[in-house]
Amino acid sequence: MTPAASGERALGRDRHSRPGRFWQSPLFWAAAALAALVVYLPHSAPLFSTLFPALERPVYEQEPFAQLLWQHSALVLASSLISVLVGTLAGIGITRAAGRPFKSLVESVVSMGQTIPPVAVLALAVPVVGFGELPALIALALYGLLPVVQATVASLQAVPQPVRESARGMGLSDWQMLSQVEVPLALPVWLSGVRTSVIINIGTAAIASTVGAKTLGSPIIVGLSGFNTAYVLQGALLVGLLAVVTDMAFERLALKLNWQA
Amino acid sequence: MIEFQNISKSYAGLRVVEGLNLHIARGELLVVIGPSGSGKSTLLKMINRLEDHDAGRILFAGEEIYKFKVRDLRLRMGYAIQSVGLFPHWTVARNIATVPQMLGWSRERIKERVKELLDLFQLDPEVYQARYPHQLSGGQQQRVGVARALAGDPDVLLMDEPFGALDPVTRALLQFELKRVHALSGKTIVLVTHDIDEALLLGTRIVLMDEGKIVQAASPLELLTRPANDLVADFMGRSDRGLKLLSLQSAGTLARAEPAVMGEALPFETSLREAVSFMALHQLAQVNLLNAAGDFTGVLHAADIFATQAQRPAPGVTT
Repeated sequence: MTPAASGERALGRDRHSRPGRFWQSPLFWAAAALAALVVYLPHSAPLFSTLFPALERPVYEQEPFAQLLWQHSALVLASSLISVLVGTLAGIGITRAAGRPFKSLVESVVSMGQTIPPVAVLALAVPVVGFGELPALIALALYGLLPVVQATVASLQAVPQPVRESARGMGLSDWQMLSQVEVPLALPVWLSGVRTSVIINIGTAAIASTVGAKTLGSPIIVGLSGFNTAYVLQGALLVGLLAVVTDMAFERLALKLNWQA
Repeated sequence: MIEFQNISKSYAGLRVVEGLNLHIARGELLVVIGPSGSGKSTLLKMINRLEDHDAGRILFAGEEIYKFKVRDLRLRMGYAIQSVGLFPHWTVARNIATVPQMLGWSRERIKERVKELLDLFQLDPEVYQARYPHQLSGGQQQRVGVARALAGDPDVLLMDEPFGALDPVTRALLQFELKRVHALSGKTIVLVTHDIDEALLLGTRIVLMDEGKIVQAASPLELLTRPANDLVADFMGRSDRGLKLLSLQSAGTLARAEPAVMGEALPFETSLREAVSFMALHQLAQVNLLNAAGDFTGVLHAADIFATQAQRPAPGVTT
């Protein structure tokens, strides 16, 4: 390796305070643990019958865990995309001069979206749109909106006043101000809001099983109604690990995005 | 270059600028000074329309400023402020390139310009162009800020207390650099400050404002020798007006062509104020003067400083 290349590597390491090898990263190990759990759980009957000797069927078998994990992730991904898209646009809109009068209105509507429990939204949505993934998508997207809107507004308002004033004084247009100055500077704080929203939705998506969407909540719901603690444990373990893996992935992304690093 | 015709401006019914008339000539370094709330920053911001005036007309290059697109107007005027406001996510080079990029200059021309400006402000381009603002000291940030304001080769440079947040040593250095840049470029500069020494050092003309009106607009010498009223006299510092007057003149102007005396020496361009201080400190009645190359050029006599009315420009005559 040339001295220059090793210098660059050292700099990169310093910047992200991350070891270079993938097997040294906690994200890799958490993801590996999640994959191992998905593979192992169908074969875990001996373990769970030891833990819960009273249960006839100690391992959830109605759907494969891999399929539930995929459907859970897809539901979270779709609902988070909606939350992030709508929430970010709304946040940008109400911080523009033209949208400022609507700021308190939008903020209270979005807060209401968070105060209504997702179970209630599900119950209300089912008569309108029927059972399945759609009511779950609506409930999750509404529930995840607040952190995104709040983070977008907070991050844009945190752009230092002198930076704005000098940008304006130099003749940047509104669009240039937004795209070249506000958005890049707001990105780290905005991302933390997206992270909160997605993590909340991973947990909340489990409830969507009550209206017929297949998620990692299915073993939990079935377990609760059938007094099968082993099912609840299996679903909860997977949901928890998925949240941990996602959070670590966001942490990585945050380090990459941070211009202050 | 810029003309204020009967300009007024209010915020929520409160008059901040009232019936103001002012002509700023090309190549002037006009310093606007006054107490807080005197309307001096508002005056500056009305030029590039960060504030809009309510009544009257402001002409820029002979045309009313409302006839320009705001953006075009601002691209023709550099703007530097006390808190600098560099873009923290961009390198020094990209910060300086902001306006040239908006003007659509070619990549080579921008690169050339960035290098030229960093050289002008004595920052080695090799070292500094790839740095981020948080990697610079306060003085370096302000230099980059002024360089950025000059980058698009604007007709006018507007500066709002640009050196207010710096330590005295750095401030003196940057004041000197601004003076040099003004002399080299011949740009029209409008600078707002509340520091009277800065105003006297930099201004080719000083406008003193109070309560939204111009109290006096005159050369530094005239402000010191013929203050229009008590407020101006107070602002100039009643007790040390004489010393301030000395700060306007260099020691070299009083040099006697005599053989060198024993003892200390000062550079030719030292102000008389500093020379008096130096001579008092070292208890000297005469001091040698040296030119830029360090060669002896003459002798300054303390007696001449205090009895040279004939040699000094008569009070009231602008220099």
